[in-house]
Amino acid sequence: MAIDIYDFTGMTSAIHESLSAVLSPAATTIVEMTIIGIVFILFYALVGLFLVYAERKVCAFIQCRLGPRRVGPRGIFQTIADFIKLLMKELLMTKNADKFLFNLAPFIVIIASFMAIGAMPFAKGLHALDFDIGILYVLAVSGIGVIGILLAGWSSNNKYSLIGALRSGAQIVSYELSVGMALMTIIIFAGSMQLSEIVASQANGWWLFKGHIPAIIAFVIFMIASTAETNRGPFDLAEAESELVAGFHTEYSGIKFAFFFLAEYMNMFVVAAFGATVFLGAWMPFHISEMIPYAEYFNMGMDFIPGFIWFFGKTGMLILLMMWFKWTFPRLRIDQLLTLEWKYLLPINLVNIVITAFFVLTGFHF
Amino acid sequence: MSDSKIQENLQKEDAYYVNMGPQHPSTHGVLRLRVGLQGEKVIHVEPHCGYIHRGIEKMCEKDTYSQIIHLTDRLDYLSANTNNEAVCLLVENALGIEVPERVKIIRTILDELTRLASHQLWWSVMGMDLGALTTFFYGLRDREKILDIFEESTGGRLLPSFNTPGGFMHDIHPNFVPRTKEFLAYFKKKLPEYNRLLTGNVIFQQRTKGIGILSKEDAIAYGVTGPSGRASGFACDVRKHHPYSAYGMVDFKEILYTEGDSFYRYVARMDEMWESMKIIEQLIDRIEDGPYTAKMKPIIKLPAGEYYQRVETTRGEFGVFVISTGDKTPYRMKFRSPNFANLSALDYMSRGFKIADMVAIMSSLDLVIPDIDR
Repeated sequence: MAIDIYDFTGMTSAIHESLSAVLSPAATTIVEMTIIGIVFILFYALVGLFLVYAERKVCAFIQCRLGPRRVGPRGIFQTIADFIKLLMKELLMTKNADKFLFNLAPFIVIIASFMAIGAMPFAKGLHALDFDIGILYVLAVSGIGVIGILLAGWSSNNKYSLIGALRSGAQIVSYELSVGMALMTIIIFAGSMQLSEIVASQANGWWLFKGHIPAIIAFVIFMIASTAETNRGPFDLAEAESELVAGFHTEYSGIKFAFFFLAEYMNMFVVAAFGATVFLGAWMPFHISEMIPYAEYFNMGMDFIPGFIWFFGKTGMLILLMMWFKWTFPRLRIDQLLTLEWKYLLPINLVNIVITAFFVLTGFHF
Repeated sequence: MSDSKIQENLQKEDAYYVNMGPQHPSTHGVLRLRVGLQGEKVIHVEPHCGYIHRGIEKMCEKDTYSQIIHLTDRLDYLSANTNNEAVCLLVENALGIEVPERVKIIRTILDELTRLASHQLWWSVMGMDLGALTTFFYGLRDREKILDIFEESTGGRLLPSFNTPGGFMHDIHPNFVPRTKEFLAYFKKKLPEYNRLLTGNVIFQQRTKGIGILSKEDAIAYGVTGPSGRASGFACDVRKHHPYSAYGMVDFKEILYTEGDSFYRYVARMDEMWESMKIIEQLIDRIEDGPYTAKMKPIIKLPAGEYYQRVETTRGEFGVFVISTGDKTPYRMKFRSPNFANLSALDYMSRGFKIADMVAIMSSLDLVIPDIDR
């Protein structure tokens, strides 16, 4: 069992109690929601800026370059400088663009990723939204993003944008299936869709290891499908710059473009965090089996690493993996993309679910 | 009109037209392609040239032959040295001047270095067009080494204008030979890395195999030369069949494939890089001391008549045609540029493929736009 020295439940309940002592229950809820909202907006902005910086450094490393290194020490303020530049840029719009939808689209995309982040278990006791259908919720809200992309492509009055948006629509709707099916494996293992329960079920081992073969297959499929769902390379057909200039966000400029850009990185964070939660036990430390000698000392040592470090460490690893994909592989073609999903990933997934169910029934997992 | 013609026109009517270019990331210059689409499928491609037309052929009529060399740099800027050589060879052959063997050998080495540099850049952008952005930096990293050699010896990195009728502007730098050898040793280790990064990749092979097939007959009919033509089985290597400079002295293979798809156009170029290195290796130790130019008159006048000289640039057969009236400037100058012929096959090759395939086909043809428009 994980020891509770890094439990945030005490802190959050103390805030709750001190607030309810002075305020009415309704006011307490409003104040708490405001606090959580502000914290999440700050978190969102910080993680987004950091990820953009991280991607630039990672891709620079892969491409034998140095990356940003002028603004601030090692260039850490480069993304902030870029953000300020984007804020000051003129917001252009094409002739005959559908003004309302054109302006609405970036917000839909960004809100979708924002809503999904709320359900992430960052550490013990740091979990804003914990439904009993947590997984379904995350899948549902991250699926809203595609509407934003479709609207952006449609309303831009640009042919590249429209082709990009249609590609993106076909792609995300297809790959959503695989993501859902891959998660199904773990739902069967854990017996719950509630994220906190899935995390708790991994206290003595992550599902990736406990569920062995089916879980590993599901994890690989999840990584492929979620990379596709975030529109990142090698599945970045929606914005394939050598074919469609910039795809669905060709006509966007300034801060509206930044919204799409930020949402892409936050979506990457969401799927990585989600994968880390479901397959790698979110904030649960790495534990080895009690059967190995001195295992309890090793496990105790692991428990001293705070939960949020585990969470962000695992998420970071998965994000690094996705960046590695992007900077190594060429882009797929649209028909190859759909073939991969419908002819390979989906059938494998369905068989995998049957195998999982069989394993669970026979107790063939750890 | 025949039935198929009517069908084609009907298809064209309800095609969804997308303008790729004049500013577009995949045309690598100011080429405009009017692409008729049905969904993702390409119905037909209409190349519109002329956005970078500078009237070079007309300008040549006002210039002396030594001045024309500087204009030929600006055609296919990635085979600048080879283009220079074409004009020089034409003048030398017309006047019956025998250039020193040293010049011939250095010219050939410079040609092959140009070819290597150009193929490196092509490999970089081919990967980039297919979405593998890392190749761009790998290719440019190695190309830099060749450009440094050029800079040291000729003074120009991209556009050397080093050749003059009879020889060179000045002698090569003493570092030329050791640095070239150093580069060969370096690049022999790096070229397998290219294969590991891109050639063996499953996605890359799926994107290029069987895409944009050009048969040998069509390659000949469209006049597609260079590695693009040789990948279709069209034996068109000028270096082999009509040797100039020192190509007669070396042993190298003409890369021929019969598949004629984008992947084999790619493989042909990759193999050509090995052949280029082989040629340089055979010649690099044969540079002897001596004059860097043959004795030429200060004002060159070609005898009246028609002259044609062809060379093998990186992209295919480059021809220079001159009508002279005995003056110091040509009466008419015509360039046969390989890219213009290669571009003409794009429509035929892209039909029925996806829009993403068209980008792959275009980058496997390795177009340089200023060479098309001149």
